[in-house]
Amino acid sequence: MKVILPLLIVFVCGFYMLITFFIPAKFAQSSAQMLQLWYQGVAAFFVFIGIFNLIKINVDRIQRRLKDWEYSIILLSFLGIMLGAGFIGGRDSRLFLYLFENFQVPLGATMFSLLAFFVASASFRAFRAKTPEATLLLIAAVLVMIGRIPLGYLLWHKFPDLVEWIMRVPNTAAKRGILFGIDLGLLSMALRVLLGIERSYMGGGEK
Amino acid sequence: MLFLLLVLGMDIQLEVFDTPNDDGSSITLKWQTAGHFQSFEIYRRAANSNDFEKIAEVAGSDREYQDLDLNSGVFYYYQIAGKKDTLKILSQPAGPVRAVVQYFHTARLPMAVCIVFLFSVIIFYIRRARKRQKLFIRKISALNAIEEAIGRATEMGKPVLYVPGIMDIDDPQTIASMSILARVAEKTAEYGTPLYVPTSRSMAMTMAQQVVKEAATRVGRPDWYNPDNIRYITDDQFAYVSAVDGIMVREKPATNLYLGTFYAESLILAETGHSTGAVQIAGTAMPDQLPFFVAACDYTLLGEELYAASAYLSQEPVQLGSLKGQDFGKFIFIVVIIIGVISQLLDWQFFINLFNTVE
Repeated sequence: MKVILPLLIVFVCGFYMLITFFIPAKFAQSSAQMLQLWYQGVAAFFVFIGIFNLIKINVDRIQRRLKDWEYSIILLSFLGIMLGAGFIGGRDSRLFLYLFENFQVPLGATMFSLLAFFVASASFRAFRAKTPEATLLLIAAVLVMIGRIPLGYLLWHKFPDLVEWIMRVPNTAAKRGILFGIDLGLLSMALRVLLGIERSYMGGGEK
Repeated sequence: MLFLLLVLGMDIQLEVFDTPNDDGSSITLKWQTAGHFQSFEIYRRAANSNDFEKIAEVAGSDREYQDLDLNSGVFYYYQIAGKKDTLKILSQPAGPVRAVVQYFHTARLPMAVCIVFLFSVIIFYIRRARKRQKLFIRKISALNAIEEAIGRATEMGKPVLYVPGIMDIDDPQTIASMSILARVAEKTAEYGTPLYVPTSRSMAMTMAQQVVKEAATRVGRPDWYNPDNIRYITDDQFAYVSAVDGIMVREKPATNLYLGTFYAESLILAETGHSTGAVQIAGTAMPDQLPFFVAACDYTLLGEELYAASAYLSQEPVQLGSLKGQDFGKFIFIVVIIIGVISQLLDWQFFINLFNTVE
């Protein structure tokens, strides 16, 4: 029963959602929407479990003086401050917005900006003409990079058009090929889950 | 006379019909006119009423309007008026028409056919697999490398890091990732290698804990399981990335596995992992992130291979059967694409239209 009941719920809900995709009638759409709302309700509850886990692990780290335990103090302090600011004044309060805009947003932006440096270092390794395929990739990449900047237009006024063609035709064709595979894989995976063939996500990988 | 000609040229032909493939609450109006108007006023009256009521005004360039939130089954009449300065040209009343509930979205029929076909093929191959017929599955080197990478981490006495993407368990890629995690956890538990699974969603964390715990029990090592190694970090994308990068830099895992849904964080993770000297295996069905993983990781599962991974790793005949069905579906798609190209070249509209209707 411990296994059959979850499988039954997955089967019924999964197939119902699939069928409602093809039924425009109100009863089908509203019931599908209701199922999604239930999921959101469950997801909201899980936020508490996440925060509890975060607090538990970091308190434990501090108590046992594990490696870099000092960082846990900073994390828990800021968690407490943000929670406090949110509970006292709400999400639109000056204090909460101040903390969000002056701490979280710049820190996130800093992480994101690292991407520019990582793109350069990864490209440097990827664009080595070791094989014919890598050479082709290198040539295409150089063409695209030159064509995207004003220098490309100055060198040859048709450069941007060439880049556009590379992006629109060979690049899109390759991308669509991958997308077809992904969609087929997704359908196959969905069927495996619905039929209970694939059940390792429940913890038990065996039948 | 001139005025009459002007008016005739500005004549408005109105057509009204039940909106196809809707829930029975809307009627579509389409009109044609040779004249140029600044705007159109739309009027409606129910069959049991005598007076038209203005319900909307749309731009002069519009030629279509959908009247929403109607009562299903009630008959309506419509009329529109084109406005130009002080001139107002009325169309003939159109109707009666009523909104009817549709129980099947006809524009999605080709999609339904594709799903039924693919499901049938997969079930056919699963049945074949159940009869113990040998199925050939092509080698996926990235998956074969997972065991080697775990072995390497064991030899070096370092942990394995498993990143299941940043989406929740309603994302199929996360489900696929959890299936692979089960196999990875079995191996790491068998070898006694620590496994870290930082998650970006608390629900994914609970699922991952369950998956790893069961895997450890399956291989007879329940003592190996440590729930603190499968932890929730944060829902925030870049805060999560910085925390995972921190694990990589501090703990120096010998093997990093990135399997699931990734966005802009993919390269930040993979490049940090590369700088720590870890063997990296990635897999995602996000086409925009694949080049980053290919550039920065040792092995990459391309798109569909992520979904195939759990079946491939388990080597269970039934699961392999579904994989074979998926490959057969792909073959059919390739044939259809080739026919599509030929149809486009020869202008066979029938075949092209079959796919134009897919929404």
